[in-house]
Amino acid sequence: MLREFTCIICPNGCEIQAQLENGVLTSMTGHTCPKGEAYVRQELTDPRRNIATSVRVQGGELPLASVRLTNPIPKDRIFDAMAEIRGISLKAPVEAGTVVIAQILGYESDVIVTKSVALRG
Amino acid sequence: MEKRDVIIVGGGPAGLAAAVQLHKKGVANILILEREHHLGGILRQCIHDGFGLSRFQTALSGPEYAARFIEEVKRCEIPYQTDTTVLEISPEKVVTAASREGLVQYQAKAVILTMGCRERTRGALGIPGERPAGVFTAGVVQAYMNLYNRMPAKEVVILGSGDIGMIMARRLTLEGAHVQAVFEVQPIPSGLPRNIEQCLNDYGIPLYLSHTVTQIHGDSRLTGVTVSQVDEKLRPIPGTEKEYACDTLILSVGLIPENELSIDAGVQLDGRTRGALVDEHYQTSVEGIFAAGNVLHVHDLVDFVSMEAERLADAAALYVTGETLADCPLGIRTDENVGHTIPQRVSGKADFQLSLRVRRMMKDCRVVVRQNGQEVAAKRMKKALPAEMIQFVVRADKLVSQENLEVSVEC
Repeated sequence: MLREFTCIICPNGCEIQAQLENGVLTSMTGHTCPKGEAYVRQELTDPRRNIATSVRVQGGELPLASVRLTNPIPKDRIFDAMAEIRGISLKAPVEAGTVVIAQILGYESDVIVTKSVALRG
Repeated sequence: MEKRDVIIVGGGPAGLAAAVQLHKKGVANILILEREHHLGGILRQCIHDGFGLSRFQTALSGPEYAARFIEEVKRCEIPYQTDTTVLEISPEKVVTAASREGLVQYQAKAVILTMGCRERTRGALGIPGERPAGVFTAGVVQAYMNLYNRMPAKEVVILGSGDIGMIMARRLTLEGAHVQAVFEVQPIPSGLPRNIEQCLNDYGIPLYLSHTVTQIHGDSRLTGVTVSQVDEKLRPIPGTEKEYACDTLILSVGLIPENELSIDAGVQLDGRTRGALVDEHYQTSVEGIFAAGNVLHVHDLVDFVSMEAERLADAAALYVTGETLADCPLGIRTDENVGHTIPQRVSGKADFQLSLRVRRMMKDCRVVVRQNGQEVAAKRMKKALPAEMIQFVVRADKLVSQENLEVSVEC
């Protein structure tokens, strides 16, 4: 069976064709770097994605601080992760890089702040 | 009047990168003027990741990418002024701005234009119908959600397959809205393939090519849109109309360089890019006025914006220290497959970075630069898409004459 993938690792977006026999990968064409090959192997067994969203900030010059995951998590857990992140509220000042949830849903992935928010002046 | 070596108009990714690079080159008498309260430009609302892979070899969110430059600006103590809107730039490089302290004026030796771009709106498309609330551009929805903590939509239709539209399709879905579909009038997507995959396919959002919105319904708030298929000349096909009930229509139908100030300064624009005509120094038709980033031509990746602004700064640093920049008499012509090039003029005496976009999708092709019919540079492409900017270096020692250059794509 032939399966086609669009690699999402970098903006090149390589179109990768993977040949499978009884669910086992036998050959791959179209990737231009080792990350593409790793991406397809991951997609076949356990597709993972990163997400970006925001958390509320009390008393800040902005109402929100943006956050992201430090590592991708299984695709089918994204909405569970969103629900957990939605419960977070921080107090200003907030520094970019701060971990707001360590090991979300038990995965090797932390939720970190990506934008510093100063106190409301 | 206060004098500055360089005034940088706009503190987004291009302006920040130019400032830091000028400082590295020893030009310290700089001032960045930014109309918003914070530096960083549009990156502040681009909270998704994937920025910085080329420039920093790591995937960052927009705010983190901007912070790398903002921290550098602060560390180098490069002067900047926020809440300051430039109102006019004269050909003599007098810059007039409205600031918290009132009207301010500076006499600059060089002006760097880094104002970015704006979104095409409903008006530009001329979609017939009512004028209800609920019709937004993708960047406006992005600002509502990511900066102001406002959720502007429940049932969504998106027109245009630009990258920001697809990224907002995902963002809205994560926040509980229902995105019914993305419609694209062209037969090919205008955004990057990876965004179709990770923003639409991942969430089961269909993308319909050769479709457009032909009616907008609703009194105070949008209640629905009519969508029609279009023919090869992009004309709606009668009988193909379909109704979609929705409260929000999001437009992601292209970006236009923001050049009102440039036009007033006497800068000549290129009708294809709608940005300035520049030479290999990124100097416009007005001596001492330079341009880079999305104000010059709309980029696909911010990394390329930063790197372009850094090359600009290298030239501007020479200019303000009194060096003569090489004349650029050689034009760059294009065939029908090439949308535009940056720069449009070169000296023929120095290596330069050629940036271009193709007009249609082509597979297994070569982008070729010729002089007197002779090949002087080329780049092989497995797939060339209008969505992607193509860049490569043209080496001066390969040039064969002082004739114009011709860029073509051959399959």
